[in-house]
Amino acid sequence: MTDLLRVNDLKRHYEVHVPEGLFGRKASLKAVDGVSFSIEKGRTLGLVGESGCGKSTTAKLVLGLIPATSGTVEFAGTPVTARHDAQWRAMRRRMQMIYQDPLGALDRRLPVITQIAEPFEIHYAQMPAAERTDRAAVLMDSVGLRPDMAMRYPHELSGGQRQRVVIARALALEPDLLVCDEPVSALDVSIQAQVLNLLDDLRERTGFAALFISHDLKVVRQMSDQVAVMYLGRIVESGLPEEVFRRPQHPYTKALVSAIPTPARRGKRERIVLEGDPPSPVDVPSGCSFHTRCPIAQASCRNAVPQLVASGGHAVACHLVNAGATPAVQAAE
Amino acid sequence: METLLSIKDLTIDFDQGKRFVRALHGVSLNVARGEVLGVVGESGCGKSITWLAALGLLGSKARISGSVRLNGQEIAGAPENDLAGLRGGRIAMIFQDPSSSLNPVHRIGRQIAEALKLHRGMTGASANAEAARLLDRVGIANATRRLREYPHEMSGGMNQRIMIAMALAGEPDLLIADEPTTALDATIQAQILDLLTELRRDSGMALVLISHDLGVVADMSDRVAVMYGGRVIEEADTGSLFDSPAHPYTRGLIAALPDIDGPRRRLESIPGTVPAPDQLPPGCSFAPRCAIASKICDARVPAFLPYGEKQSHFAACIKCRGGAPTETASMPGNKSALVPA
Repeated sequence: MTDLLRVNDLKRHYEVHVPEGLFGRKASLKAVDGVSFSIEKGRTLGLVGESGCGKSTTAKLVLGLIPATSGTVEFAGTPVTARHDAQWRAMRRRMQMIYQDPLGALDRRLPVITQIAEPFEIHYAQMPAAERTDRAAVLMDSVGLRPDMAMRYPHELSGGQRQRVVIARALALEPDLLVCDEPVSALDVSIQAQVLNLLDDLRERTGFAALFISHDLKVVRQMSDQVAVMYLGRIVESGLPEEVFRRPQHPYTKALVSAIPTPARRGKRERIVLEGDPPSPVDVPSGCSFHTRCPIAQASCRNAVPQLVASGGHAVACHLVNAGATPAVQAAE
Repeated sequence: METLLSIKDLTIDFDQGKRFVRALHGVSLNVARGEVLGVVGESGCGKSITWLAALGLLGSKARISGSVRLNGQEIAGAPENDLAGLRGGRIAMIFQDPSSSLNPVHRIGRQIAEALKLHRGMTGASANAEAARLLDRVGIANATRRLREYPHEMSGGMNQRIMIAMALAGEPDLLIADEPTTALDATIQAQILDLLTELRRDSGMALVLISHDLGVVADMSDRVAVMYGGRVIEEADTGSLFDSPAHPYTRGLIAALPDIDGPRRRLESIPGTVPAPDQLPPGCSFAPRCAIASKICDARVPAFLPYGEKQSHFAACIKCRGGAPTETASMPGNKSALVPA
């Protein structure tokens, strides 16, 4: 199968001013620092990591919403740039996005059916108004919204229903790629399951590929064909969800997987608790950026940045793992 | 076990201008000394306001009735002065968002010293020394330097540690933690949960852990209460609740949770949404979303009765009434039909 989306050594650095000394100093915040991945047609890549690791910046870069410092994004063979010209707009028709906060993504002053029909208005201006409304009604039905909700305003709907409106709108143009940035994080457990199942069904029916971003490993595992774990702007481990979460190799992934409390694991105290907070992306530690919190780090980890080394589809960026030195950390089974 | 805090038939009505809307419909909960009670439920189920009301923190728009006893002494409707001594002293509370609970324009040290002065009458050097000890206790290195910093100079996890240090300042018997790790990252959440467990083990204080995260509650609690629509609908020791949940809502919540281990399965979602507090159905408030509901469920609100053989397992569901699991198994739409294979 061909790759729909190909991301190569993508970087996004921000110039920031750090308060230090009398005048402060200029520094570079490396939000995304050399990320490469690809998504095949109809497949889903899950991106996990903690806040500030660059997940959302990656999403914006993929869609060309912000310019990359270096590196390339290719969508269906065409480079995606942040130059918002006719070519980009044509491409955006096939790449849509869902955000965490549906209320922020919707216009409070328009009834939801108008908002679902809006993509047709923008991209198919010649389509008769009646057909737009008909199509929007079909979309509402497909995401499980009742016809009587059409004329309601966003504030009259519940959080789960609003997210359905956002999904319906994103799917209006039958995109090839859907970028979902924490789509269920603001929802309650029972509603979260509804929305995840809905996305699953829609994917089966329409065959879109997805970049699925979440901090919740359980949700990412549920939705993804491939997963990538990010730490401080880099991918530290990637592979099949079963592989990565059942037999994590990188010490960060191990800690992350072991830190998730679930009802099934209750009482079993085998959590690996990492010391300290993730470092600021302004002062990324030298060498392996995880060495400051890593329970198995050695002096040599400070020197060189580890590269992602793949073996059988499971790639890890850790000097010790890749050198074959078995880390002493207990994996959470 | 000796009961520390006992809430009985607590109801809360909120003044909506023209009418009152009932948000809590007679909640009864007990917390024993040294125990961890987990309270789970989705947003709007009343899990937070129960405890805010118990501490008299809901303001004048709320009309509260029922009884809240701390060590047998009634504190519901107690004079403001008495409550002020209890809050932060005997009972401390921490919230989801630590940075909004801390004062941004005061140094950390001053804020902890304030709690020490109020509850333990400490001032000056002794308060400073105690504040440094507390910071050290919650795992903050360089305590004396950190005392001079402001909340914005620290991360969310650090600020939550500071909130916990302030809560410990009054040496409370009970700590109420309202979604203490929801705003934190997974690795920081693990740190805070471990810290809470360790502090509890050392000081013997009781903990009420309010969370929407079943995993966190399962991991930390001795006993769990599940709330829905302003009522407690199931209560049991943690083992029974997760191994043999009785109420269809509890079962639904557990089945709706994606796993991290084991084979991937389609999630079982609960249809519909939580009803608004002023639009609760007449009988069981879960009936409209319930797979096994029938006509009798709408007749009246189901009583909160023992379930199964254990005397510590209670559920409010007509369908799982009768107690012994053998009886429930013979009912139509029984448990085995609900639990995913």
